[in-house]
Amino acid sequence: MTDFSLQAHSLQKSFGRRLVFCGITFNLNKPGVLGISGPNGSGKSTLIKILAGINSPTKGQVIHSDNGKEIISEKIHNYIGFVSPYLVLYNEFSAWENLNYFALIRNISFDKSKVESLLDQFLLLNRKDDLVKAYSSGMKQRLKFIFALMHSPAFIFLDEPTSNLDDEGKQTVYNLIKSESEKAIVVVASNERNDLANCNEVLDLNYYKR
Amino acid sequence: MKSYALFQKDFHSELRTRYAINSLAMFIIVAISVILFSIGNENISPGLTGGLFWVVIFFSAMSGLSRAFVSEEERGTSLTLQLIASPATVFTGKLLFNMILVFLMNIIITLLYSMLFAEFIIQNYLLFFLTFIFGNIGIAISSTLIAAIIAKAGSKGTLYPVLSFPILLPLILTSVQLTSFSIDGIPISEAVFELAIVVCYDIIMISASYMLFDFIWKD
Amino acid sequence: MIWKIFLFLLLGFVSVAGIAFPIVQSPTKWYEFPFIIGLEQNAKIIFFHVPTAWLTVIAFLMSTVFSVQYLRKKNLDYDAKSYAAAQLGMIFCILATVTGSVWSKFAWGSFWSWDPRQTSIFALLLIYGAWFALRSAIESEDKRATLSSVYSIIAFLTVPFFIFIMPRIMTGLHPGSADDTNAGPIVDFKMNPSMQLIFFLSMIGFTILYFWMWNLGYKSIILNEKINKQLTRG
Repeated sequence: MTDFSLQAHSLQKSFGRRLVFCGITFNLNKPGVLGISGPNGSGKSTLIKILAGINSPTKGQVIHSDNGKEIISEKIHNYIGFVSPYLVLYNEFSAWENLNYFALIRNISFDKSKVESLLDQFLLLNRKDDLVKAYSSGMKQRLKFIFALMHSPAFIFLDEPTSNLDDEGKQTVYNLIKSESEKAIVVVASNERNDLANCNEVLDLNYYKR
Repeated sequence: MKSYALFQKDFHSELRTRYAINSLAMFIIVAISVILFSIGNENISPGLTGGLFWVVIFFSAMSGLSRAFVSEEERGTSLTLQLIASPATVFTGKLLFNMILVFLMNIIITLLYSMLFAEFIIQNYLLFFLTFIFGNIGIAISSTLIAAIIAKAGSKGTLYPVLSFPILLPLILTSVQLTSFSIDGIPISEAVFELAIVVCYDIIMISASYMLFDFIWKD
Repeated sequence: MIWKIFLFLLLGFVSVAGIAFPIVQSPTKWYEFPFIIGLEQNAKIIFFHVPTAWLTVIAFLMSTVFSVQYLRKKNLDYDAKSYAAAQLGMIFCILATVTGSVWSKFAWGSFWSWDPRQTSIFALLLIYGAWFALRSAIESEDKRATLSSVYSIIAFLTVPFFIFIMPRIMTGLHPGSADDTNAGPIVDFKMNPSMQLIFFLSMIGFTILYFWMWNLGYKSIILNEKINKQLTRG
């Protein structure tokens, strides 16, 4: 069992000369769930992208570490799972091909049984060879969870995880957040109260404006 | 080989969608026939055919090479790529794809061109071969980097040749010069300076690309 | 204020002297310029053409330096500085091209003859043009600053190639070219002390003018952005 930790040091982000948020500092060093809430346009997606190392903050820094050693930004993508409505998978491939290519590009072994059980869990197993083009938006959203979990990441970032999902799908996601939070650091950004119900801590972006 | 896997993905995707290949093939035919029509029955000098040869290559490259990044950005899959690969991997994969595309395209252009233009006679094959190799590598590198810029700039197509031309100009001028040397049958020993310039261009551009790509790729 | 008056007097003196001082076969008085074979009366353009060309290069260099700074610090002020330098560079680049081609009409007989220097300045114009086209195509300020910084660095890397390859591809007509039949850079050998004095005064005057304009330019860009921000926030 390795020890992962996620630290944020006085993060600040501005778009052009407009400040989005500033002074965000926290330290997560054991598995658990952190919630991010705030009204529309308060920078939830921006913050979660910065925490996932996809965007860079204007000031401050995010440190992901593994057993006290910092994970360099070149390698960070293999430790991260990310789900959001604006994430798009390749339409011209089937779900199976998508996942297979992701494993290849990540240079990790493609764990068929794990992917199959995930597909089963998200009710996509019998549609795995259909092109993603033909999927409904809810099915695409469920496929994104498989994409985020297939490599057993240490950090899981969920931006509005339940958008487009039906009640059954939502329940699967809540169960998943609960089970993943025992071994991984999960960050959830959402406005729905149910999404944030499992959080150990909630960070309200309203308090980080100047 | 992560970048090779990325290349495989792009290749597979290209086979399914045929975005770049079809337009590129048509563009080559259109460009060459425009030149043929405009020449008509005029006699043109071998030196001029060398110049026109690079005109065709430049414009064909401009028609197809931006797809590598623009297609990802248009569909919104760049975020997915960011989540599965480091910037260096992404650039290498895309460069590999464009490299193959440039070589494929230019071999076809060369074959068609030497069939259709009687005046295009190469006397120093080795020199032409070297020019072809290093020139193509240079075109692939610069155009991949500019493709990344215009993809992030969110503008379609029109900006691509505008931005690429000044960057490719030294390479194209030197390659035109080298091609006319090889048409005149000048020995390689006299063209070492120009060859060295093309090689330097390739090296400088590839190092700059790897240094600057991170800035382009991360928002 | 004092230095503005000084600059006014300096540029006034340079303009009057550069245009009015006579060119004679063998200068004896301090205000007489020597007769340079192949240039004759046309030589006087050196007081105005060379400074503009010099500032084009300086502006391009500054724009690139501030681009690098922007990428390191991600501070939009650097982008404003780079943008202001490039704007002035574009203006001086056009001025240098126009004065040069007017001169070449009288010296070489045609407005444009693809001399290496003409080709190089044409390439520079293309780079500036492409750079502004790129900037105007991007909405978001950060993205615009980042992408245009990257582009200006790549464009800067192509400059040495022009310096090396141009003279080999085209023969030079420009005074001071390696194969100029009159041989040797004119600044060192052909000008007499009074001509050199005016020339360097003109260089200094134009350079001060450039830095003044640049200073005003980038400050106004920054202020403009701040006002826009306040307006959009209401």
